[in-house]
Amino acid sequence: MADMKDTILEYVKEEYLEDEDEEIGYNTPLISGGIVDSFSMVSLKKFLETKYSISIPDEKASPEAFDTVNSIVELVNEFLKD
Amino acid sequence: MSNIGSYEEQIKDFDWSISEKELGYKDGDVINIGWYCSDRICEMGKADKTAFIWEGFGGQKKQYTFNDIRLAGNTIGSYLRGLGIKDGDRVCLFMDRIPELYLGFLGVLKIGAIAQPLFSAFGDESLHVRLENAETRAIITQRKHVKKVRKIRDSLPHLEFIIIVDHDGKKPLQEKEIAFSLKDADPVEEFDIFPTKAESPSVLHYTSGTTGQPKGVKHVHYSLIGQYLTSKWVLDLQDDDIYWCTADPGWVTGTSYGIIAPWSLGVTQCVLDTGFSADAWYGFIAKHRVTVWYSAPTAIRSLMKAGEEAVLKHDLSSLRHLASVGEPLNAEAVIWSEKVFGLAFHDTYWQTETGAIMLTNFPGMNIKPGSMGKPFPGITGVILDPETHEPIQEPNKPGLIAFKPGWPSMMRTYWNNEETFQSKFVNGWYLSGDRATIDQDGYFWFVGRDDDVINTGGHLVSPFEVESALLEHEAVAESAVVAKPDDVNMEVVKAFVTLKPGFNQSAELELKIMNFIRKKLSPLAMPQEIEYMDNLPKTRSGKIMRRLLHAKEWGEDIGDTSTLEDDD
Repeated sequence: MADMKDTILEYVKEEYLEDEDEEIGYNTPLISGGIVDSFSMVSLKKFLETKYSISIPDEKASPEAFDTVNSIVELVNEFLKD
Repeated sequence: MSNIGSYEEQIKDFDWSISEKELGYKDGDVINIGWYCSDRICEMGKADKTAFIWEGFGGQKKQYTFNDIRLAGNTIGSYLRGLGIKDGDRVCLFMDRIPELYLGFLGVLKIGAIAQPLFSAFGDESLHVRLENAETRAIITQRKHVKKVRKIRDSLPHLEFIIIVDHDGKKPLQEKEIAFSLKDADPVEEFDIFPTKAESPSVLHYTSGTTGQPKGVKHVHYSLIGQYLTSKWVLDLQDDDIYWCTADPGWVTGTSYGIIAPWSLGVTQCVLDTGFSADAWYGFIAKHRVTVWYSAPTAIRSLMKAGEEAVLKHDLSSLRHLASVGEPLNAEAVIWSEKVFGLAFHDTYWQTETGAIMLTNFPGMNIKPGSMGKPFPGITGVILDPETHEPIQEPNKPGLIAFKPGWPSMMRTYWNNEETFQSKFVNGWYLSGDRATIDQDGYFWFVGRDDDVINTGGHLVSPFEVESALLEHEAVAESAVVAKPDDVNMEVVKAFVTLKPGFNQSAELELKIMNFIRKKLSPLAMPQEIEYMDNLPKTRSGKIMRRLLHAKEWGEDIGDTSTLEDDD
């Protein structure tokens, strides 16, 4: 779990964070905080699907589900269990 | 009673002098949008009225009176003038929706320079082509975006100043960079505003076409005449309104109706600079008692997805008028808004080139859900036969949306591209590039684009630009980009690619290519899907047949394929 959290957090920092001085954590709002926009969310979803060999249905990929690293981990786990 | 009163009465004997008179402008006078949006309102006795309520993420909040925005415009203008920036120079505003963007816009205009707002999510290549074309002399930006400017500054010989509005001193400034802090600057009370005239350039907005690089649409200070009256009659802005335009000033709606409209009318406006969240948006409306809300179909459809429960959690009773722009507003969205807000979203239609609203559903008008409405008074809008370019008289027959040139806010040219500008006019009509029908009651109904430009979330993306950027990726041999239908954004970008030898088709590579485009161009331009192909369909002369791929995505008949290259 901790590995997955860190992997996703690092990916978000590397790919989406424009301000390199900004500190973000597992509960930092990504979508509502403006770090990841709705268009870029598609690439984040693609990353999760590729990395964890899962398929996330579009209706589950809501801005709320993608809003923090913690909520993303919860979403990924939901599909890993299947 | 709405400001327009009766549409039928207003279109009789309409003259733009109505707007000139209300603004106290006479032919030949000085007309400076920066002055009209701040100093004039103060002179009208509203100096202490709230002009601007701004909220950022995490509860950040700032509030400005009309006198505050007057002083801020003076202060920024004075600073720029001190650097040697003068009338006619292009000054790029490359910021998130922070107060400096809105106030900087006024400052740039007050010195007679040309404001060049650019969407802050643009990648370095998108930024480069626009700054290079405009020969921009200064860019005002934030610390978080300066990395993108640093990547390209050495290849922009005209760029002399990179002004950072939130430099914190933790890291040293680099070549051409200077720090400017509005809150630390001494407010400039008396300021010699540059005496711009009607045809003096004011704003340069870039828009994408099917081919070639983005075009810089040049607007002039006289555009105010159109923006003022359309705001008054279409958005129905009144003195006690609290107005919220959700558009980013990196695009034309965000300047014409997100800065100029409310402030030229002396109306209080709110701005929320955070990412999208239905709860945050409704909470913002409730908190500030927003009365007039101008948004976009993509946002409205996203709110629909969030459901009615999200609406019921908030007191939205302050809302009295809703309008939409960016792409056609589907009938379901109009019906939904009537149901949940008790108010219909009024669709408006216009473009970067038109500078102001051209077709619209007016307050008090019988709305036909899904229709674009009728022409604004003084606007002659028709549907042209695509072959003859003559107006079609027959109702419901599709053709090209065209307008008779001469409205005040019409673009004056494409920057350094007069030839393309001239090509937009045929038989004395301005061609919008969109297709529609007119019904028996005079309502316009959108049919589609007349070219391959992709309208995603209300923003135009050039397939040519994305295809060219794709070819810069090491794995891509050929590319073709088309629009793909999307429930929320109307269209999204889809790419078809063939790979160079040594590269294998994989999901990992697809993700790498997507991110490559996102960073180079923008999130809007990033293909939401990439399909690998062994060969792209081509004509016998080797031209990629984008039309076939588009038809495939939309489930349309592929039409004549007689010129298709043999499939060996």
